Amino acid sequence: MSEKFDVIVVGAGPAGNAAAYTLARAGVSVLQIERGETPGTKNVQGAILYSHALEEIFPDFRKHAPLERHIIEQRMWLMDEGQACTGVSYRDDGFTAMPHHRYTIIRARFDRWFSDLVREAGAMVINETTVTGLLRDGSGKVTGVRTERAGGDVLADAVILADGVNSLVGQRAGLRKDIRAEHSALAVKETLFLPKELIEQRFGIGDGQGVVIEIAGRITHGMVGTGFLYTNRDSLAIGIGCMVSDLLRRTITPYQLLEGLKRHPAVKPLIEGAAMKEYAAHLIAEGGYKALPKLYGDGWLMVGDSAGLINGVHREGSNLAMTSGRLAAETLIELKKRGAAFTAANLSAYKSALDDSYVMKDLKKYAAVPDFLHENPHVLGAYPSLLNRAAREMLTVDGVDKRTKQSRILADVRQKRSLLGMLGDAYRFWRAFK
Amino acid sequence: MTASSLPVVNVEEKLFQNRYRVDAGRPHIRIRQQATCGRCETKPCIVCCPAGCWRLEDGGVDLVVDGCLECGTCRIVCAPGNVDWNYPRGGFGVLFKFG
Repeated sequence: MSEKFDVIVVGAGPAGNAAAYTLARAGVSVLQIERGETPGTKNVQGAILYSHALEEIFPDFRKHAPLERHIIEQRMWLMDEGQACTGVSYRDDGFTAMPHHRYTIIRARFDRWFSDLVREAGAMVINETTVTGLLRDGSGKVTGVRTERAGGDVLADAVILADGVNSLVGQRAGLRKDIRAEHSALAVKETLFLPKELIEQRFGIGDGQGVVIEIAGRITHGMVGTGFLYTNRDSLAIGIGCMVSDLLRRTITPYQLLEGLKRHPAVKPLIEGAAMKEYAAHLIAEGGYKALPKLYGDGWLMVGDSAGLINGVHREGSNLAMTSGRLAAETLIELKKRGAAFTAANLSAYKSALDDSYVMKDLKKYAAVPDFLHENPHVLGAYPSLLNRAAREMLTVDGVDKRTKQSRILADVRQKRSLLGMLGDAYRFWRAFK
Repeated sequence: MTASSLPVVNVEEKLFQNRYRVDAGRPHIRIRQQATCGRCETKPCIVCCPAGCWRLEDGGVDLVVDGCLECGTCRIVCAPGNVDWNYPRGGFGVLFKFG
């Protein structure tokens, strides 16, 4: 291919699609290269779509996008590994009113839909092609990409790296280091099919309404991690993720954790009889602000997962991906309009735009959390199990007086964690999350 | 609960539900030096691989990438950097129906 483009986008996930769409719509010549058979076939997410980030790009997406259910209820469950589960839920049927702020989606369908828009906007999208490296000139400026295809070098004035969490292209070019095991969570997930009516009965929801269940506690066997159960239209997504360094330490396989979650008595009746149609896995970069690589340089920008833009605390990623992809594109559009070159100095406007957005503000807010959880993994295990035992004690009416029950609970708590230890946990928790 | 009381899971049954286009004879992940795996005491790849692609064999490690979910975990857990990890050729590997 001898053609030269203004911009090449590597990858067709939310970040790459947001970037390619924004660029193409502004009349910039764009080549987007995706390694999957079609966009979406390599992409894995829970998946929750937050409307705001997509709305900025495509205001009336609700009319056309393949959305599963809008969320009206969020349950937070603290489980022990055996039989108990404490939880809170927030249900708001007001969430049924348009515009809905979040939806469950099936990524293979959603990404394909988004990619069709990218194509319609005028970008050239090539599937089934893996980018193997970056082309650079004598000064080190990125001038294009190398693909595995014969004669597969393509030139561009700028390359947007949106190749996902493993970020191989950026790594190979020395633009970033590999993600580290102690900064990464591995999540595994199954898609379980169940008739629509049965889902609505079991979860107490109406047509189009959805429930999100986030699960923490001993279900991760003391490792830092969480589980989830989401309702799609006629399927459920169930998954669990833990820090990779914890899996190593405990020698527990990810599929054993998932099986433990599926068999938990609070989950089992909800998924009973469902047909498992897919098993997927995905790494999540949890290093947060302190682990971010450099996000731009001469002729290149990094967006989404490949840049580590993940808010692990709030389980957000695809919205940060879409926003960063859009901001990268807008930076290039603005420079092109001014006739300015895509130098590192000029592309620093992308970083400034990110800094001014919720993306960096949120990452900065929780900058201390990854270290806190790494150093205090017990907070996710000990407290939920204490809460469950306290609930069991108080809810068991057996003729024992309540003050005695209260003393038992306090004794149980002190045995697990000293008063000073708890105060320390509370202080460190507050410092990390404030 | 201890690790020993965890459920026994046949991960191959799960993988059977997935769609793959295997690039026969061109595995996208390779072991750089077999001897390095032989000397490795912890063999984290075997524990962490969500698809069970890494197996213990004769004290060493055997890798079959056909069921790979392309997550990248084996690469990041290998302290000596003995995993030569690449994306499969375009169009090959796992093809998620739902993702």
